[in-house]
Amino acid sequence: MTDWTRQPAHAIAQAIRSGATSASAVTEAHLAAIAARNADLGAYTDITAARARAKAAAIDASRARGEALPALAGVPFAVKNLFDVAGLATRAGSKINRNHPPATADSPLITKLEAAGAVLLGALNMGEYAYDFTGRNAHDGPSRNPHDRARMTGGSSGGSGAAAAGGLAAITLGSDTNGSIRVPASLCGLFGLKPTYGSLSRARSFPFVASLDHLGPLARSVLDLALAFDAMSGPDADDPVCRKDQPTPVLPQVAKGLSGLRVGVADGYFRRMGTPEAFEAVDRVARHLGATRPVTLAEAHRARAAAFIITMIEGGALHIDRLRTNAGDFDLEVRDRLFAGAMLPGQLYVQAQKFRRWFQRETLKLFEDVDAFLAPATPSTAPLVDQVTFNLDGQELPVRANLGIFTQPISFIGLPVVAVPLRATNGLPIGVQVIAAPGREDVALRIAASLEADGITHSSVGRG
Amino acid sequence: MAKALNLPLEQANRDEVAKNLALAFRLAPLFLEFPLHDEAEPAPVFDAFEPQP
Repeated sequence: MTDWTRQPAHAIAQAIRSGATSASAVTEAHLAAIAARNADLGAYTDITAARARAKAAAIDASRARGEALPALAGVPFAVKNLFDVAGLATRAGSKINRNHPPATADSPLITKLEAAGAVLLGALNMGEYAYDFTGRNAHDGPSRNPHDRARMTGGSSGGSGAAAAGGLAAITLGSDTNGSIRVPASLCGLFGLKPTYGSLSRARSFPFVASLDHLGPLARSVLDLALAFDAMSGPDADDPVCRKDQPTPVLPQVAKGLSGLRVGVADGYFRRMGTPEAFEAVDRVARHLGATRPVTLAEAHRARAAAFIITMIEGGALHIDRLRTNAGDFDLEVRDRLFAGAMLPGQLYVQAQKFRRWFQRETLKLFEDVDAFLAPATPSTAPLVDQVTFNLDGQELPVRANLGIFTQPISFIGLPVVAVPLRATNGLPIGVQVIAAPGREDVALRIAASLEADGITHSSVGRG
Repeated sequence: MAKALNLPLEQANRDEVAKNLALAFRLAPLFLEFPLHDEAEPAPVFDAFEPQP
C-alpha cells in the first residue's frame, strides 16, 4: 500500500488523476501524519483541516463528473505563517501579530495554487518576523529537522523545511530575504526555489525587508518546484515589484537536459568560511556536470555586508512602532537586532543600496561566459537545535548570523536559485546552490532536474 | 539615540544592542570604503529584470 506522505507532488497528482487514489485519501493521510508527528517536528502552527477536506472532496467530485483535473489536483501544501490565510491571524512567527484580526483574504500565491488543484493544510512555524536562519522560535518552539530531530531545520522558513522533509506536506511555501528558503532546504534535504526578485507576488504576505523579500516553494522533487512555480507565476498589481509580463512556463524546459548549458563554479568568497562537507558537495555536483570554469563574484564579502545592513535598517524601520509599544513581546535576539537597526544612520542604507547597483552590474557580466554557476547553500550541515556557535575556517562564529553566509550575496541582487540536496559525508543533508541569470529559473531547474535524474541529488522524507 | 527615537531601551538590553551596533559598524566600512561616484544611483525599488546602468 502506497504511503502518500512519502510521494512527491507530481506523483500524487498523477495517482489522483488516474484514480489510483483520491484527493480525500491523500488529504487524510497527511492530516494523520500531522497529528502523529507535528508535536515532534514543530512544523505547523495552524491546521486548516476543514478547508482541506472540503477542497479534497471538491476535487474528487470533479473527477467523478469526468472533468479534467488541474496540474496539482489533490496535492497537499502548506505555507509559512507570514502568508495571509483567510480566517487566520498572520502571525509572522511573532507573539504580537497573533492578536491581529484574522486575514480576510488569502495570499494570491495560495489562491493560484488552489486554482491548480492543491489542497491547503495549514500555516507553518517560522523564526520571528523572518529575522532568523535557525528555525528557532521563542514563542512556538523550534522546528526540528526530520532527518535528525536533535538538529535544527534552518530558517527562517523552518516549519516549511520540517513539513516538506517530514512528509507533512508535498509542497511548502517559504520566504527568502537573505537565504530563508535555501538554508532550510539545505539542512532538511529538500529542493528549494528562490525565484528572481519580482517573479512571484508578495501581496498579502507579512514583509521583512521589502527590497530583498522573495517568496518561493520547497519540495521533494524538481518537477514539483516547476509545477508550483508555473502555477504561481504572473503579474500582480498589488505587489509593486512583481514583474509586469506573463512569464514563459518553465515546466516544458525542465526535462531538456544539460545540452548547451555552460556551468561554472563560484570561487574566492564561496570557497572560504565553510566546512569540508559544504565544499565536497559542490565539488561532487561540479564533477558530474563537468563544470570546471571558475566564476568570481567580485567583492562578494562587501555584498554580504551591504545586505546585512539593509536588512537591519529596513527591519528596524518596519518594526519601530512595535518596538516602542510592545518591546517586551519580541524574541529577545530579534528585538535587540531590530533596536540596533532602528538606530543606524541613513548614510549606511543609501551607500549599501548604491553598492547593490554596482554589484548587480558586475555580477551580471559573468553570465556572458556561463549560464549558471554553483555555490554552497550553507557552510555546514544542520547544527544542533540549541547550538549557538560553529567553527568555520578556524573561527568560532555565531550560527544564527552565519548560516546564510553563502546565500546573502546572491539574493542581494535577486538572482534565481535552485538549492539541490545531497547527502554529506557525515550522513546529513546539505545543499548546493544552482544560480542562474535573472528570469532564467528554467536554466537552474534544468540543471537541478538533470542532477536528480542522474541520482546525484535526491530528497526523501526523514523519519529521524 | 534611543531616547531621541522614543525607543524603550532598558539598561539590561543595552549590552546586546551595543553588540549589534558594533557588528554593523564593523561591517559597514566594507561597502562605505568602496569607491563609487557621487552620481551612483541607489536602488529604492530594485528591479532584477531591468538593471539600470
